[in-house]
Amino acid sequence: MNILVCIKQVPDMESRFKVAAGSTWFEESDLAWRINEYDEFAVEQAVQLKEQNAGADLTVLSIGPARVKEALKKALAMGCERAVQVVDAAAHEKDPFQIASAIAAFAKDKNFDVIFTGMQSQDRGSAQVGVLVAELLGIPALTTAVEFAFADGSISVRRELEGGLKAVVKAPTPALVSCQLGLNTPRYPTLPNIMKAKKKELLEVPVADLLQEQPRTQVLSLAYPEKKGSAQILEGDVADLVEKVIGILKEKTAVL
Amino acid sequence: MKALLVGEYREGKLLESSYELVGFAKKLGIEFEFFLVGSKDQVPQVDGKLYLADAATAKEYNPALHKQLIVAAAEKAGAETVVFLHSSYGWDLAPRVALALNAAQFSEVVEANAEGYLLPACNAKLRRRVKATTGKTVVTLQVGAFMPAMGGAPQVEELSVTGSGDCEFIGYEQAEAGEVDLGKAEVIVSAGRGVGKPENVAMIQALAKALGGEYGASRPVVDAGWVPHDRQVGTTGQVVSPKLYVACGISGAIQHLAGMKKSEFILAINTDKDAPIGEVADVLVVADIKQFAPALTARLQG
Ligand SMILES: Cc1cc2nc3c(=O)[nH]c(=O)nc-3n(C[C@H](O)[C@H](O)[C@H](O)COP(=O)(O)OP(=O)(O)OC[C@H]3O[C@@H](n4cnc5c(N)ncnc54)[C@H](O)[C@@H]3O)c2cc1C
Ligand SMILES: Nc1ncnc2c1ncn2[C@@H]1O[C@H](COP(=O)(O)O)[C@@H](O)[C@H]1O
Repeated sequence: MNILVCIKQVPDMESRFKVAAGSTWFEESDLAWRINEYDEFAVEQAVQLKEQNAGADLTVLSIGPARVKEALKKALAMGCERAVQVVDAAAHEKDPFQIASAIAAFAKDKNFDVIFTGMQSQDRGSAQVGVLVAELLGIPALTTAVEFAFADGSISVRRELEGGLKAVVKAPTPALVSCQLGLNTPRYPTLPNIMKAKKKELLEVPVADLLQEQPRTQVLSLAYPEKKGSAQILEGDVADLVEKVIGILKEKTAVL
Repeated sequence: MKALLVGEYREGKLLESSYELVGFAKKLGIEFEFFLVGSKDQVPQVDGKLYLADAATAKEYNPALHKQLIVAAAEKAGAETVVFLHSSYGWDLAPRVALALNAAQFSEVVEANAEGYLLPACNAKLRRRVKATTGKTVVTLQVGAFMPAMGGAPQVEELSVTGSGDCEFIGYEQAEAGEVDLGKAEVIVSAGRGVGKPENVAMIQALAKALGGEYGASRPVVDAGWVPHDRQVGTTGQVVSPKLYVACGISGAIQHLAGMKKSEFILAINTDKDAPIGEVADVLVVADIKQFAPALTARLQG
């Protein structure tokens, strides 16, 4: 069995983002980077599938600049066999269609049985790349998986719908699965596995080798939203904050 | 510009959120026709043309067949834009339709004008304004971003499809009923990832008790198994509107906000002054929840 998992590196969402005037992307200096939360579930599921199938092979792929090597190394330490960095210093300017085209071009002749992606990236939240990769490769895409099983060449997932409802769906491999939060419990890389990961293969492929497509979208601007909310912000010493909050609750709500 | 609006139908019912699509088209003043895989017995109240495929044959979930139908309807309608909701149905289908139409796609649109679309980025901390460089566009709308609108009786054109698609829909599974109905609680105190570790859920429970309410949680806290699913607030959990909602260490992702923003009074405690929860909160206390919650509980009890 041949498995691929695609991961994106994203900034920590608790960061204070700085956007230069006229810029269409935030400043990258001073940000902490991590694996897209959804993709951690994808990596864990891919590693579990590899472990359940003796002889299975597992590649992790990320498109981006040099910093994405850190994300790839973490995925290797979690149990992926080899990593591929599709080197692209301007990955943030590519639209989901282009990212998906590059991934599909890489995967095209490699006979992956199962491809895992996250359901969406936290910075862009487009929820497009996974489905597009599957469509470009002409294989089924099962999206928003909160439960995954593989047996007899066929994948079964529980798709999460709204309000606690799930749909059970099935498809034969080769297929793509997009992973939703809570699919599993992503493991922490252990120290021995981090050491072992250092010896694993980390391949570099220039994006130009894979991508010919032009973008279909253009970003005009990026900015902080106008504050519509009128939240009263309280700061200071905890004891004072408690008194203020008690006062507000007494005045504005009927619960005290 | 002409749009094809793709409605949603589940467990034999038209989903009310489908009317937000009409609200979007009306707000922008664009011409539209409507598409639904549903039933003749439950025709949506929309003006103009309705392309209707039967869920008995096309199934409620069968992306390959639905894609074929939508592409056919878009062609018949002469639509440049195909509009979905950003929902489990919409985000699954939209990229398939976009690729088939060689269209640009925008996800989770919150606003639109002649210049382009406005989309959230980085957990709604930022907003991007974007436009297509292609003739055709597929968009998904953030649920709740546009006011629903209805019309009269549509003129129905039936569409049919053959084939079986590439994946099989086995059936639905309902969430198990839990121990609590958060919908009835007057006060809800919810734990978010900011509480840090499972042991700290106890201080959220204690605060809920001191305020005479129930405790709830955001999704990561439920996914991690710290709190049972029936206490999850949000699109994939409960939708609540208590007299007082206290969000403890919750950033305010749209899927969480959708479950609690109608609460009468919202108090948020967060170390990040810029957390998007500030958009809906009445009061945002900038503090470490591990210090603030026990202090407030002690004061309420004392
Ligand atoms: C299809 C879909 C459906 C979803 N459904 C739901 C749903 O139903 N409900 C839901 O909640 N989410 C849902 N989510 C997930 C949602 O997008 C967010 O990931 C989630 O709500 C984040 O939870 P959080 O705010 O607890 O965690 P985070 O976003 O990680 O935020 C933690 C917050 O705690 C603050 N913090 C950190 N330390 C402290 C401290 N010591 N004291 C005080 N504050 C602190 C941080 O500043 C931050 O704001 C869904 C996502 C998708 C894609
Ligand atoms: N630059 C990238 N490199 C590798 N995988 C990516 C990249 N961008 C997106 N993906 C994958 O596609 C999924 C959906 O991303 P998006 O469509 O941007 O929301 C992510 O969860 C990743 O699995």
